[in-house]
Amino acid sequence: MKSLQDLEKKINSELTTKINNTEIKHNQIYIETDKEDMVNVALFLKTNQDTKFRQLIDITVVDYPEQNQRFEVVYLFLSHEFNQRLIVKYSIAENEVIPSLTSIFPSANWMEREVFDMYGVSFKDHPDLRRILTDYGFEGHPLRKDFPLTGHTEVRYSEDQKKVISEPVKLEQNYRNFDYESPWEGTKYIKEEIENNEKKN
Amino acid sequence: MKKKIKNLNLNFGPQHPAAHGVLRLILELDGEVVEKADPHIGLLHRGTEKLIENKTYMQAVPYFDRLDYVAPMNQEHAFALAIEKILKIDVPIRAQYIRVIFCEIGRILSHILNVTTQALDVGALTPSLWGFEERETLMTFYERASGSRLHANYFRAGGVHQDLPKGLEEDIGKFCETFPKIINDLESLLTDNRIFKQRNVDIGVVTKEDALDYSFSGVMIRGSGVPWDLRKSQPYDCYESLDFKIPVGKNGDCYDRYLCRIEEMKESVSIIKQCLAKMEKGPIKSLDGKISPPPKAEIKQSMEALIHHFKLFTEGYRVPKDEIYTAVEAPKGEFGVYLISDGSSKPYKCKIRAPGFSHLQSMDYLIKGHMLADVPAVLGSLDIVFGEVDR
Repeated sequence: MKSLQDLEKKINSELTTKINNTEIKHNQIYIETDKEDMVNVALFLKTNQDTKFRQLIDITVVDYPEQNQRFEVVYLFLSHEFNQRLIVKYSIAENEVIPSLTSIFPSANWMEREVFDMYGVSFKDHPDLRRILTDYGFEGHPLRKDFPLTGHTEVRYSEDQKKVISEPVKLEQNYRNFDYESPWEGTKYIKEEIENNEKKN
Repeated sequence: MKKKIKNLNLNFGPQHPAAHGVLRLILELDGEVVEKADPHIGLLHRGTEKLIENKTYMQAVPYFDRLDYVAPMNQEHAFALAIEKILKIDVPIRAQYIRVIFCEIGRILSHILNVTTQALDVGALTPSLWGFEERETLMTFYERASGSRLHANYFRAGGVHQDLPKGLEEDIGKFCETFPKIINDLESLLTDNRIFKQRNVDIGVVTKEDALDYSFSGVMIRGSGVPWDLRKSQPYDCYESLDFKIPVGKNGDCYDRYLCRIEEMKESVSIIKQCLAKMEKGPIKSLDGKISPPPKAEIKQSMEALIHHFKLFTEGYRVPKDEIYTAVEAPKGEFGVYLISDGSSKPYKCKIRAPGFSHLQSMDYLIKGHMLADVPAVLGSLDIVFGEVDR
């Protein structure tokens, strides 16, 4: 499709119930779908003559620990033919297993391994779901918001045992997270007053 | 008596000069033919994305230098563009030219390193000696502009940190005059070299279809004949106003990718020349005091400037709630930043899309059926830098 508006219409008319919401911003199209429909949506986007999103650019997850459906899975697609970018998203709860796209996009293999490593989200039908970036024998999922920045263990070479050992993190000084966030535009009551004035006008 | 023949498992790296960093490649060999390759990565994983979530936007910039550390400013560019698009701020024209000049210098830096070390991997020593001399010159340009040869920390949302020092433009101009001769010298050593061709032609062939399926970008996809360059197709900064060509390969083998890189260096020189010619005096960063810090002299005079300075270096600027994916054409391919802001002064999430990650992933597909001696040649032409693969 030539324009993003046409593409949005096309996707909505072809996939109807599989799409929950579409939005165009920053010259990209954002689509919300469901876990069950993801494989079909990806297959459609890749094969349809009017979309031709032949490349899966990346897969990632956003962690919102305070929400019921904690993880938002994000897929980034690129169509060389029509020079368009598309972002597909859906939300899942913590222990849900999601479908793998490796059969449609071979490049999904490592991307899904990275998501599994960093967030602990498991993929169904993935050929080789191992950790990828973290160390052999690592525990936990570092990019989750409840994983501390300093981690749980640190490694060092032990002169006694003549090997590298890992032990709990000991910091000389705890990580300090300064709260600088004082209101830039003035104090709270002033902001409220400005907002009220704007509403009146 | 019959002997049972078993495949040999060979551990290539993590300490191997041809692994271009800390790659552990587990090869399954049948005689000298590679049956399977399983790259183990992550030995240089530093948790960049996690660290960025805990830093303000300005503090996050140096982490981008440390991704692909042979072309640092190209990465900063993607991050700066992402913030600018969310904040909807304009970049002054002079800053755009400066950024493009340094991105192209980064491209030359990266391509020299890749071309010459690839030659080194297949047995040619001289190109690296000649090439590294030029890299040194380019890195002094980095140093003069930013104060640092490698980890520049120079690009900011809204422009660059400071203006170019006196005389730098002329020196870059002089370099553009002498450098094409060096490229020709390198070419005279390699392009028609029998050994170099024997080691690279028809090795690691990627078809158009597979290049798309494996999420290739940059030289890896152009070498296979797909004319795709983000500088042309989705232009950012002032690339639209510049005149340059996109070299495209034909066979998708290591040799074509080498030729693409050589041609790209020539184009980069032409881009730098055009920028130098068009560049005029003017501001080099956004004039919005809420985003770019005031000049030092002003802090002594103006109360407002002092407050701005204090707020910017403690809290940092706030970025409204939004999400965006921005990509730039880094020397190695499409480098992207998927940024989610939540209205505070720190990114809620910053996913870095590194081109090398998807390139290295295809190692098994590329090397299957090749000889063991082809592994360094293919690995070299993938242009892998572990800073960005492991993040």
